Amino acid sequence: MALLDVENLTIRYAGSASPAVENLSFALARGESLGIVGESGSGKTQAALAIMGLLPANAKISGSVRFDDAELIGAGAAVLNQYRARRIAMVFQDPMAALNPYVRIGDQLRRILLEHKLCAADEASARTLLMLKKVGLPDPERQYRAFPHQLSGGMRQRVMIGAALLGEPDVLIADEPTTALDVTVQAQILYLLRQLRAETKAALLLITHDLGVIAGNCERMFVMDRGEMLEEGTTRQVFATPDSDKMRALLTNAPTLSAIGMSGALPEGGDPVLDISELSVSFSEGRLRGRERLLAVRPISLTIQKAETVAVVGESGSGKTSLARAIVGLIPIDSGRVTFLGKQLPAAVSRRRHDSRRDLQMVFQDPLASLNPAMRVSSIVGEPLRVHESGRKNHAALVEAMLEQVGLAPELSQRYPHELSGGQAQRVAIARALILKPKVVICDEAVAALDGTVRSEILLLLQAAQQRTGLSIIFITHDLAVVRQISHRVLVMYMGRLCELAANNALFGRPRHPYTRALLNAVPSPDPNAEPANAPLPGEVSSLLRPPAGCPFHPRCQHAVGACSASVPEPAAYGGTIVACHRATELDLRY
Amino acid sequence: MSALSSLVRHARSSRAVTVCATMLLVIAMISLIGPLISNHSYFAADFDNRMLAPTMTGGHFFGTDELGRDLLARTLSGIRVTLLVAVIASLVSLGIGVLYGAVAGYIGGRVDGFMMRIVDGLYALPFIFFVILLMVAFGRSMLLILIAIGAINWLDMARIVRGQTISLKQRAFVDAARLIGVSTRGIIFRHITPNLLGVVVVYMTLAIPQAILMESFLSFLGLGIQAPQTSLGALVSDGVSQMEQASWLLVIPAVALAVILLCFNFLGDGLRDLVDPKGNT
Repeated sequence: MALLDVENLTIRYAGSASPAVENLSFALARGESLGIVGESGSGKTQAALAIMGLLPANAKISGSVRFDDAELIGAGAAVLNQYRARRIAMVFQDPMAALNPYVRIGDQLRRILLEHKLCAADEASARTLLMLKKVGLPDPERQYRAFPHQLSGGMRQRVMIGAALLGEPDVLIADEPTTALDVTVQAQILYLLRQLRAETKAALLLITHDLGVIAGNCERMFVMDRGEMLEEGTTRQVFATPDSDKMRALLTNAPTLSAIGMSGALPEGGDPVLDISELSVSFSEGRLRGRERLLAVRPISLTIQKAETVAVVGESGSGKTSLARAIVGLIPIDSGRVTFLGKQLPAAVSRRRHDSRRDLQMVFQDPLASLNPAMRVSSIVGEPLRVHESGRKNHAALVEAMLEQVGLAPELSQRYPHELSGGQAQRVAIARALILKPKVVICDEAVAALDGTVRSEILLLLQAAQQRTGLSIIFITHDLAVVRQISHRVLVMYMGRLCELAANNALFGRPRHPYTRALLNAVPSPDPNAEPANAPLPGEVSSLLRPPAGCPFHPRCQHAVGACSASVPEPAAYGGTIVACHRATELDLRY
Repeated sequence: MSALSSLVRHARSSRAVTVCATMLLVIAMISLIGPLISNHSYFAADFDNRMLAPTMTGGHFFGTDELGRDLLARTLSGIRVTLLVAVIASLVSLGIGVLYGAVAGYIGGRVDGFMMRIVDGLYALPFIFFVILLMVAFGRSMLLILIAIGAINWLDMARIVRGQTISLKQRAFVDAARLIGVSTRGIIFRHITPNLLGVVVVYMTLAIPQAILMESFLSFLGLGIQAPQTSLGALVSDGVSQMEQASWLLVIPAVALAVILLCFNFLGDGLRDLVDPKGNT
């Protein structure tokens, strides 16, 4: 018999034409793991909130949610609180938003125990400490007294999972629990969830947009789109024989490392377009206890050829975005040179000549933030023309042609940015970057905020522009599947330093740096038959203010030896690959 | 201007905002049209009909003052002058404040520090002392009142706009404009200022009642409008001196002043809630 039984659940909001969730029915048995997959706006989070009784008051709910044969829809807070924590608990996407910033971690957990009378008052502290240990918080006695902002994102999510498991619930609902985390941390959290579930036998309802996460963690799954369930089945079955077009599309666009990527590097000796030499960036941090230097980018060199795509990969804090902003001149550099088309560029964008500005463009991560909300699409795309080609008169025609190239209907040109979808907005940003036919475009996480299908379209768009005009692209991303798909060469960064610079095939086939290998391992494979990584990379990125001596990666590296903590490895060439690792010659990290 | 048009769209859905805006419009219309239909002028003395109480029959609906001037005509004229002074002073402070704040906020660093210290210095100036000096030096005139009020009002506007600009300039669309090669002037005028409009409009509706109060205050002290021209503040001042014999001379202009102030304040509060629901401007 099902533990949780959802029947004909429909959620409507006043003023919205279509329901957020329509006629959703599913059941979750004791101890089972069920995945809900869907893109943003598909209603998957709404369904979870309805089960928890957390929907806002203006939501109209019909249908039924039965837990152990008790009806939860329409139940009062007193009734719901008998189920929350003890029977059903939830882990949210953003742990920082879900934790109270003014209350110490330990106290937040202790309050849950006391509020739900889960244990005697004098046992609460000990139980809390035990739970913090269980979810793998290092030094739990100290973290007990920490405030949420003092913890890293991964640690916060561990705390959230601990908080959810305090009442030993029968059902754990996890809503995109790893979406906000770096890939190696995601692997740790998923591993932790699997371990804890094996121990507590709790059923899991896992909500995600990432097929890789579903494949390794759920026995059954269903697909949602626009509030409706499209298909349901065992994970193996749905992956092997998808029934709906949506699932087929999701599978086609699922990030995967095994897909045939670019064949590899362009032939050597092409035209170098952009040459970055020993570039370094630092910021001053902290006002109170004297100024400290945050070393964001340690000297890095990179040359990009005409029509080449170089991906820069790293987790948060790797310095990839600082590198991009320093190249275009938005932030000051400490040392190094940027040579563009044979001429050295001044560091600050305001001092750069007009022609170098028109040939070096950038696309930003958040498409909506990068478009002026008070300007129409046509003036946004036309602005580079007004600045650089004020003499020419056919701006309107050029803008129209450009919009067509990026696949936007002409009637969109009179819209304001907030009237566009995320994908449309990013097309507008790309149109603005490409309209002057630049030689180099730097894309800073340009597809990170977009859903799978839209992401694939945007990547194709950039590749088409490259083939048409010989554009060179520096693609900053944390997403290895995107890297696999579009780059000729890949630069892997860790704590501001180069780890590895290799051709696409070489990097994915034979990684030479242990960090590259760990990154590749951490990407969840969208294949239910693949064994999920059960030995995730331990630890987290060290503080940039106090980097470890020697190789920055050595505290997390399973291959580290004495030399690794003694000196920083210099980048050296092995075949066509540049690696900064003391043990590069001896290790075999074949994928 | 999408910021503005969306504000207007939202404003229509809020009852307080709609009611107050309508009332202000009606009051302004009456004060403009009234004198055209009325057969009394605000300055003509009529010594046969001094100190008449308000009546529905005699033609003087609001009564007359100690010179026999029709109080209805004088109140309408007062409203006109008061609104005119307030709106013009606020527009002047809007122009100066937005430009000053946007430049200081966008350029930042030493320029910002220097410009904002000037603002701090002007804040420290005792306002009444400043106005009395102006009046003594140049005599009483409407222009001087406008200058005096404007000189104080733009300071708040500059501070608010500077704060908004600092948060706007960190947005990616400003970075994008810099990379394209848009000049500093272009960024301030095309990218920053249009996005300030929502906040500025709201602040304007809150600044107008301040200006009205200041004008009334100056007129009440006898530093304001020259007779026979009048303003609500001057009428209240006259009324106070006659309060025991002719209470209507005080009550009617005071009520008019209060209604106008309340309308502007509700309007401003309502609009602010629409622009910034958390109320942290």
